[in-house]
Amino acid sequence: MSFNIVVLAKQVPDTHNVGADAMNADGTVNRAALPTVFNPEDLKALEMALRVKDLMKDARVTVVTMGPPRAAEIIKDAMSRGADDGFVLSDARFAGADTLATSYAISQAVRQLGKVDLIMGGRQAIDGDTAQVGPQVAEKLDLPQVTYAEELLSVDEHSITIRRRLERGTEVVKSLLPALVTVTSAAADCRFPNAHRLLRQAKMEVRMTNADSIDADMERLGLKGSPTKVKRIENVVLAHKESVVLQPTDEALNALSATLIKEHIL
Amino acid sequence: MNFYLDNENLSFYLHHPDMEQVVAVREKNYAEAGNHPEAPADANEAVEQYDTVMRLLGDIAGDVIAPNAESVDHEGPQLVDGHIEYARGTRQNLDALVQAGLYGMTLERKYNGLNFPRVAAVMAAEIIARADVGFATIWGLQDCADTIQQFANDDLKNKYLPRIYQGATCSMDLTEPDAGSDLQSVRLKASWDEASNCWRLNGVKRFITNGDADLHLVLARSEEGTNDGRGLSYFVFDKADGGMKVRRIENKMGIKGSPTAELQFTNAPCQIVGERRLGLIKYVMSLMNGARLGVGAQSIGLCECACREAEAYAASREQFGHSIDKFVAVQDLLRQMRARTDGARSLMYETARYVDLAVSSKPASRIADILTPLVKLNASEFANRCAYDCIQVHGGSGFMKEYACERLYRDARILSIYEGTSQLQVVAAMKGIAGGAYLKQIEAYDAKVSAFDSLTDEMRRQQSLLRKATESYKRLYELVSSEGTSSERFDHSTRALTEVLSYIIMAYLLLLDSQRDNRFMDSCDFFVKEAVGEVHKHLAVYEN
Repeated sequence: MSFNIVVLAKQVPDTHNVGADAMNADGTVNRAALPTVFNPEDLKALEMALRVKDLMKDARVTVVTMGPPRAAEIIKDAMSRGADDGFVLSDARFAGADTLATSYAISQAVRQLGKVDLIMGGRQAIDGDTAQVGPQVAEKLDLPQVTYAEELLSVDEHSITIRRRLERGTEVVKSLLPALVTVTSAAADCRFPNAHRLLRQAKMEVRMTNADSIDADMERLGLKGSPTKVKRIENVVLAHKESVVLQPTDEALNALSATLIKEHIL
Repeated sequence: MNFYLDNENLSFYLHHPDMEQVVAVREKNYAEAGNHPEAPADANEAVEQYDTVMRLLGDIAGDVIAPNAESVDHEGPQLVDGHIEYARGTRQNLDALVQAGLYGMTLERKYNGLNFPRVAAVMAAEIIARADVGFATIWGLQDCADTIQQFANDDLKNKYLPRIYQGATCSMDLTEPDAGSDLQSVRLKASWDEASNCWRLNGVKRFITNGDADLHLVLARSEEGTNDGRGLSYFVFDKADGGMKVRRIENKMGIKGSPTAELQFTNAPCQIVGERRLGLIKYVMSLMNGARLGVGAQSIGLCECACREAEAYAASREQFGHSIDKFVAVQDLLRQMRARTDGARSLMYETARYVDLAVSSKPASRIADILTPLVKLNASEFANRCAYDCIQVHGGSGFMKEYACERLYRDARILSIYEGTSQLQVVAAMKGIAGGAYLKQIEAYDAKVSAFDSLTDEMRRQQSLLRKATESYKRLYELVSSEGTSSERFDHSTRALTEVLSYIIMAYLLLLDSQRDNRFMDSCDFFVKEAVGEVHKHLAVYEN
């Protein structure tokens, strides 16, 4: 039976090439004027997935993205780099989704794929920087998760060993499969596309999947399923002295929640 | 950085109006369309495919090969136990290109090739050479596969051609200690081994570029008792079969990443390509024409790199309160560099189009044959001149090892020597000069210019000057050949005749290009002046 890898990817605005017309007069993002790219950390996740594929017999890589039809470009890109399949979750009912609704839609889509051994994605997207979708998908699918992955050390049918990049060093962890892994920018760059695959992709249509095909509760999708409300956006540059290192304990997390509630962030 | 997207001249030639014909010939009128998942259905789709693949190649050239060029130049290849180990960067370059499926670009699809025309292959070579000329020699030697595709039997094609796609490297083993430009003197012996049902090679090859390649095309003497070109045959040798040892690698002035080796063949088993006795007179000549176009591409890649290094330095270096590109003397240097690059490039893609059309057209084949030596001669000489001028723009800094122009200067020097010296290119041009083929081609260009419906005054002026230069050339030809084309006077004038014709042809081509994009007029003007100046310099001597 084949070893199935799913890569979660997102098409994002190319923040390195933002023109003068990138913002609308009302302060919202003028997406039509922005060139788009494959989210950089998702590309690194794709490379790690392709390395798993190189090591495993009979492995398949399927790339899943959610977005407008134009997001098909990154599916083609991923397939030209070595992914076997991919599709776009594209439907007006997904629009306005925050990370909760996005992770719900993606997790439902992954459920439809049958046996999945490994899910990989970038740590975060450069347009939102939340780093929430990967972990939320893992929670919804009840999978162990390995975050901040920088290097694949080994993999077999039952487990994966990963080097994680932490604030003050690295950590090697082994997880049973199936699992979800999120990959940081420290991981290896993605391989180049293959010329033959590029030419074949140019002639192929990318599969589009809508909300009806993922067995979803419509109330949990899009704007309706999104508790996050954006009050306003401001540019903040964090200084190092403003950051706090928390220990991964219940006490520390409770204290953080209390602080965030007190400051009206939550 | 993408070395295709940042140079609009490349897309310009990929979208040349004659490409429709080139693609139709290459695709055999789209016979594979619908039957192969990669085959294009029409010229537009094909050119789009070339564009797609050049973008990919441009990324690899800009992001992998160019950043590796300096360390490869320092490190160079090493000889270890009779075999060559590439520099680390060279290996990375090869791995990236193989993984990207770019090897075997011109091979037919049934051999995992992309079935791209020569125009695209030459463009790929130019892009790679801009990143690193030394590496471009290793890349360019995959053209050996074209010889196998063209002349070998099906067994050999099926055995070897798919390996090119997988990254098997190639070498063209011609030169020997006593056979350089004079290949008729090749002595390496090929003898038939009845018991093993194969040929065996014995002897030494010298100055072999990429000498420890996986697949070798070897020119060897198969006919005992002969001592000229008619006793030579062509063989394919697979390194995996053993019998070949690298005796030494040369310590060269430039293209240091490309190993140049002396090889010892000892009972090395091999297979004959095509027919006996045709090795030199048919197969090597065919391979050599392709190789000369390849060196043209390397030269133009180097010219482009030199232009950019010089332009960037001149824009950033300040003297007397201004960046030095504000000074006319520096501007002149930069313009001349750019003009030479434009002229050689236009000539090269014109030639490549004729090479592609030659498959189904005798006249196109004849034009390809006369233009090829002009590409090799001019592009390689211009590369040397551009590298020289690039250092000049850098001033004292250019003489230091810190700047890339120093490497370019060393790398450029071989271009006017290998695959036929500049002097041999002049010899190769003689047939076209004596037979009037170049003049006929110039007439055709002039007619094309006249047929253009919106000639500007400036274009008319340049055309008129070119007509006069052509008339002056005819007069010069008559003067120098008055004692016959075997006379000393004629022999001493052949280089001048070849250069004048080259300048006229490049000027016409740039004039034709200017009809699609006016930016080539400056470069056209440069070549018109070169043609007028050069022809009158010689006329002044012979008319008095």
